[in-house]
Amino acid sequence: MVAVFFAYFALVSIAAGVLTVSLRNPVHCGLALLALLMHVSGLFVLLNAEFLWAVQVIVYAGAILVLYLFVLMLLNLKADERYFHSSYPYFLGPALLGAGYVIFLLIRSPFAGAKGNVPDAAVLEHGDTYAVGIKMFSDHLLQFEIIGVFLLGAIIGAIVLAKTPKSIDPMSGKE
Amino acid sequence: MVPLSAYVAVSAVLFMTGLLGVLIRRNFIIVLMSVEIMMNAANINLVAFSHYLESMAGQLTALFFIAVAAGEAAVGLAIIIVVFRGKVSTNVDEMNVLKW
Repeated sequence: MVAVFFAYFALVSIAAGVLTVSLRNPVHCGLALLALLMHVSGLFVLLNAEFLWAVQVIVYAGAILVLYLFVLMLLNLKADERYFHSSYPYFLGPALLGAGYVIFLLIRSPFAGAKGNVPDAAVLEHGDTYAVGIKMFSDHLLQFEIIGVFLLGAIIGAIVLAKTPKSIDPMSGKE
Repeated sequence: MVPLSAYVAVSAVLFMTGLLGVLIRRNFIIVLMSVEIMMNAANINLVAFSHYLESMAGQLTALFFIAVAAGEAAVGLAIIIVVFRGKVSTNVDEMNVLKW
């Protein structure tokens, strides 16, 4: 059953990713990106990461994507762009071969490693949010604070960048 | 049980899709969207390894990644608005003021 859900989420997210980079109208690209984000969040649920599922839906689909759509509608772009470099068929074959080889190697490799101390049973006992919270506020407190300062800087930077510049009148003598 | 390598393969395909989008699209906003696709591919990897190696650190890193993506989107879109105000275009080929 999990395999069926995995196949659905994986195939639809890949299809949505391809649509995002190939559709002509930027708004359609944004909607395909929304489908991609939702299906990636479905993959998170399959991996017992419900907290990240909620964060993905709220932050990515709810905040970031709406920001993209706002800017798209603010700029009112037309869909007239040229797509490919003129010599792209010569690069297509080697690129597909290389990508297929990488995926072949990835599927074959066993990916074993040292196990941590949070098995599935421990996550499911109190829920994923509890496990993430305990880890974040014990071992990763400094990173948490750094992310807070980073977001503050990003907000201030975005406001300063997007502010309407003050018009300078050379005749009046003052700014 | 879905093997870990299946998640890694999905993540690799998504990452290559995003990389292709960054390389072939001319619209700056679509380029930023392709960067978001690549970040999502990285997040799938982080969460999958976190699940299969029974450690919480991967999920935390994915959480911080999402925060960084939010900041990146805000600053990137502000830059797009500034460039659009000066050039009335979001074509990446026309943005060459800083070219050496």
